Amino acid sequence: MKKWNEYLWIFSAIYMISGFFNILFAWIGLICFVTPLFLSIIGKGKLYCNSYCGRGQLFELLGGRLKLSSNRSIPAFIRSKWFRYGFLAFFMTMFSIMIFSTYLVYNGANNLKEVVTLLWTIKLPWNWTNTSAVSPWIAQFAFGFYSVMLTSTILGLITMFFFKPRSWCVYCPMGTMTQGISMLKYKRKVK
Amino acid sequence: MKKAIVDKTECVACGVCKKVCPRQAITIFHGIYADVNEDLCIGCKKCQKVCPASVIQVVQKEVAS
Repeated sequence: MKKWNEYLWIFSAIYMISGFFNILFAWIGLICFVTPLFLSIIGKGKLYCNSYCGRGQLFELLGGRLKLSSNRSIPAFIRSKWFRYGFLAFFMTMFSIMIFSTYLVYNGANNLKEVVTLLWTIKLPWNWTNTSAVSPWIAQFAFGFYSVMLTSTILGLITMFFFKPRSWCVYCPMGTMTQGISMLKYKRKVK
Repeated sequence: MKKAIVDKTECVACGVCKKVCPRQAITIFHGIYADVNEDLCIGCKKCQKVCPASVIQVVQKEVAS
């Protein structure tokens, strides 16, 4: 009998699809940021990655059961500390820039840009959702956050295809962060 | 006896190995790395096959008599 948390890949899949229909659904994705951090801060280690990550399960399903993965070993440099923390730093920088552009829309300095940015460079016009029901900054954050989620899903799919299904987990910024928090917490406990 | 060995410095603690282990021999040590209980490990290589970071090796181990 499968447990409920083994079906979280459905949530991840619906989440990615829902963004195509209404960008405001992107906000729901904050769950995938807050939950893992919260769990590691309260001392549950990488419980989120281990049991509740819908994206990981989706890659397992696509790469494992549907055999879309070539199952090769990932290049060693990707699992190195400098690459993982470097990617985390890069990711956080891009995330901060996204928050800042949300702020610029909030204080009226910029207008809302209905664009989803793929891989930090490719700008996709995304103007089929009517976002006039909410403040422009709420919509701006949704566009920015969905860009982050779509970009990372695509990177994950590419590495799933070339390497093992859950290759994304090796350099996932959330995973690096929760592991880092777990290490700090453990060191403090031992001292 | 064949046993799974984890490179603990490079392990990302994702827990994929723990999920596939038929003997529940793997635990994630405080969210830091995968820890194999050698008494339970049967060296089936399932974890080695799925490890996304490829940091698990199943090796021949001498049994201390």
